[in-house]
Amino acid sequence: MTYAVETRNLSKLFGKTKALSEVSIALQENKIYGLLGRNGAGKSTLLKLLTGQLFPTTGDIKLFGETPYENAGALSKVCIVRETGTFLKDMKARDALKVTSSYYPNWDQGLADRLVKAFKLDLKKNYKSLSLGMKSQLGIIVGLASRAPLTIFDEPYIGLDAPGRQLFYDLLLEEYGEKPRTFILSTHLIDEVANLFEEVIILEQGSVKLIEETDKIKERAFFVSGPQGEVERRVRGKQVIYRDTLGKTAVAGVYDQLTPEERSVLETAGLEVSPMPLQKLFIYLTDERGEGDV
Amino acid sequence: MKPFLDESKPIYVQIAEWIEDDILKGNLAEGEQVYSTNQFAKMFQINPATAAKGINLLVEEGILFKKRGIGMFVAEGAKKMIIDKRKQRFVQETIAELFQEARKLGISKEELLILIKEHEGGESR
Repeated sequence: MTYAVETRNLSKLFGKTKALSEVSIALQENKIYGLLGRNGAGKSTLLKLLTGQLFPTTGDIKLFGETPYENAGALSKVCIVRETGTFLKDMKARDALKVTSSYYPNWDQGLADRLVKAFKLDLKKNYKSLSLGMKSQLGIIVGLASRAPLTIFDEPYIGLDAPGRQLFYDLLLEEYGEKPRTFILSTHLIDEVANLFEEVIILEQGSVKLIEETDKIKERAFFVSGPQGEVERRVRGKQVIYRDTLGKTAVAGVYDQLTPEERSVLETAGLEVSPMPLQKLFIYLTDERGEGDV
Repeated sequence: MKPFLDESKPIYVQIAEWIEDDILKGNLAEGEQVYSTNQFAKMFQINPATAAKGINLLVEEGILFKKRGIGMFVAEGAKKMIIDKRKQRFVQETIAELFQEARKLGISKEELLILIKEHEGGESR
């Protein structure tokens, strides 16, 4: 099977600092992946390695079965949009879009025109005079219209307000429905986009902490609350990633398998079982203070 | 996140229930074609694979069936199947919860039955 992205023991050192350590992942074609991690977890380093902007210290990368280094063919299948934009600063937005479009063999100008309209973007303006939000919009237009088999958005929403972000999610889904391809979305606004991801990758301190289907993660992540002793007794043997007490009531955050039988045992014992949002799971798994070892 | 969905249960289960509700309400007739995964994805702002999972849940139960190359359709007898299933769940979950809450509040079984009768009276006036 050919993967959109396949890395083996990928590591990157900056001087003595290990930015990425032994990352081995395989991302399937035509799925939307969420890439999550705290600041400095290695997200951008990983994305720069995937797009040939950095060289690995050790390990290797394949994009659609090919190495991306000094391989224009492989790199032409990839489009990365960053928060800061990568456009030439001193030209009209329309020209910036035109120059950029020439990098992508699958570029769809009709789609680009529709997206410009959807965002009500004024292309006559000079790129450097665009607001932060407009620059984000231009980046999103490039990412979607590139129709690149691997399209990466590295926190593309900086400067976009809530309605602007909603529009982005709608357009992304529309485009994905029309032309399925592999998307990687790196984001901090987890709860907002969690439902868009088919799979989630969580990086922590340069390593892969978790890579799993979103639905499976959600089935495994839950809170158990009730009388303290009872909660402790009943979650024994399960992976507990969070604990808190309020008076005589205890809450345990669990990341583990829970069969329907086990669940009804908990509920019959008078304990409450409630789902844990992805954002909470992410916080417990990546918080140094927590007990979140998977 | 769009309206209708919450964190209380898996998204695909909520999609399945949404379709069931539409069948119960008569918005989707037996034999009629169900919305596509992409339509669901856009409407609820979710991954199409999640919508597909919800639809497949109903296919497994025989409430929907697949016509190859065309899409998903509401099966004959779907409405009755949903009602039977929900009735069972009503007894197993909703009524069980009712008793559990009553116990917490110290309401006896007899009192609870009176309360239900009274409520029913208020409802039909």
